[in-house]
Amino acid sequence: MSEICLLSGNEALGEAAVRAGCRFFYGYPITPQGELFEYMARRLPEVGGTFLQSESEIAAISMVYGTAAAGGRVMTASSGPGTSLMQEGLSHLAAAQLPCLIVNVMRAGPGLGRVRPSQADYFQATRGGGHGDYRVIVLAPSSVQEMADLTFDAFTLADKYRNPVMILCDGMLGQMMEPVALADPIDPNQLPPKPWSVRGAKGRARNLVLAAPYTDEELIALNLELKSKYASIEAQEARWESQFLDDAELVVVAFGTSARISEDAVLKARMEGLKVGLIRPVTLWPFPRQAFDVPQMKVQAYLVVEMNAGQMLEDVLLARRGDVPVFHFGLGGGWVPSTQEVYRELVEVYERKGTL
Amino acid sequence: MTKLFTRPSSMSDAAMPYCPGCTHGIAHRLVGEVIDELGIFEKVIGIVSAGCSVRSWRLYRFDMVLSAHGRSPAVATGLKRALPDSLVFAYQGDGDSAAIGLAELMHAALRCEEITVFMINNAVYGATGGQAAPTTLIGQKTTSYPSGRDPSYTGYPINMAEVIASVSKNSYVARVALNSVRNILKAKNAVIRAFKTQEKGLGFSFVEMLSTCPIGWQMTPLDSLKWIEEKMIREYPLGEFKVPEGLEP
Repeated sequence: MSEICLLSGNEALGEAAVRAGCRFFYGYPITPQGELFEYMARRLPEVGGTFLQSESEIAAISMVYGTAAAGGRVMTASSGPGTSLMQEGLSHLAAAQLPCLIVNVMRAGPGLGRVRPSQADYFQATRGGGHGDYRVIVLAPSSVQEMADLTFDAFTLADKYRNPVMILCDGMLGQMMEPVALADPIDPNQLPPKPWSVRGAKGRARNLVLAAPYTDEELIALNLELKSKYASIEAQEARWESQFLDDAELVVVAFGTSARISEDAVLKARMEGLKVGLIRPVTLWPFPRQAFDVPQMKVQAYLVVEMNAGQMLEDVLLARRGDVPVFHFGLGGGWVPSTQEVYRELVEVYERKGTL
Repeated sequence: MTKLFTRPSSMSDAAMPYCPGCTHGIAHRLVGEVIDELGIFEKVIGIVSAGCSVRSWRLYRFDMVLSAHGRSPAVATGLKRALPDSLVFAYQGDGDSAAIGLAELMHAALRCEEITVFMINNAVYGATGGQAAPTTLIGQKTTSYPSGRDPSYTGYPINMAEVIASVSKNSYVARVALNSVRNILKAKNAVIRAFKTQEKGLGFSFVEMLSTCPIGWQMTPLDSLKWIEEKMIREYPLGEFKVPEGLEP
């Protein structure tokens, strides 16, 4: 039996994490993830968990590394500038193959920027913002309900692949309130054991959690292992939602908040008789290229809507079939499109398609 | 025939990965001996990071972690908070602890985190070829201060044990040297007292170890031992700077 609550996205994510068995949160204050951070500060002690405010995001992600090495279900959360500081730790977590959840409630950049919502950290999240050759699974909720649901999925995926998972959302999703159905709590003691974790070499050979192997050959072997792990994630875990693709001549592609706004514009266009569809990637890495592989599709143009100057645009260019033109509508810096603006843009592209 | 001297059982048979005349290996051995003698092998988790000791996880037989440069006190925090019954130590160099990881070390000390940090102070960055460290002495030549450390340009050496003792309310803080039998025996005692501080839940523990780097210092091993005695100990006095309440003498 699930329970319906009225929660902000940040709170829903926090409560879902606790119910998913997460008992460790390390973080540093930053807007607009503050409600999540403070929710965990109140909530984790109630369930015997650990909340610790660190001296920096560098320390927070390193504490995550320690608890993940010990086999604990662990998370941190931040926003742009703080997530940048965490990239060192992310690269090390990926190298040591440690499961954990990182939440980036995006704000407007670059630099210190301002705290209005944004989707400008798409590149950082999906391309591996740290050094070396690694991947982070990236989930993009577009409702408060999904903030909760994808948090459960994030921990499951992290453990399944022994890989960091990021939830990439924005200040609007973090702070708006909606009814949420919360799943029943999981007892962290009932989670599958992690036989590789370091908990003291008692009655077994010792375990090692290493951010670097010993020899050059072993590093090549690790990279091969990671490469094949990433390939199987790409093959199995891509997720998306699509609407009206059967007859769509123009397909809007958007994630998170901009998908939410675009969906209204698409529905309005359908009512006007325009043959418009929508693809909403739920996983940003792996990017759901499969969504574009619909044989009967009669697409004549794509329109990518995102709150940045053109980042997911590149993945759409890689995923489109043939040379169907791809348009972009978006800007960073805290710009949030209205349904009307997306609708107008959509109609303009719709009228031009076929003449290109 | 009786074997009179052998490896501690908590240590593996991997060869010491250090240059001739380096006293790093002594520090590792002391940690191994003390873990054997205190009977804490099954509870110990060690953390190493970048620097000369980056590969030292091979030297032991207990659980170990290799983490990012300078971050081991934060990693140790995450381990210890998840496993409060374990004994967690971080093994850091002077660049790792006093430069890039100063914030992580300082805040672990401020929180009186129940972990142990062993800091090797050899006044240079050994692994990268002998560049200056925050602990480089005034006038000391390094590859990055080729005409010697000039305090008007690069400031003064940092006395980590004194700094940690002044910020960490509940802690055991000592500085030892690895240059003579007498000092090594005292060093071993400090390692014992550091682990006991953690085992009894008395707070943070920190042992700074003055160690040689003949290659980085461009000296013979014997001259290096003498340099510790004559130069380093003058700048970095030995002794216990803080003893937590409840730790027997």
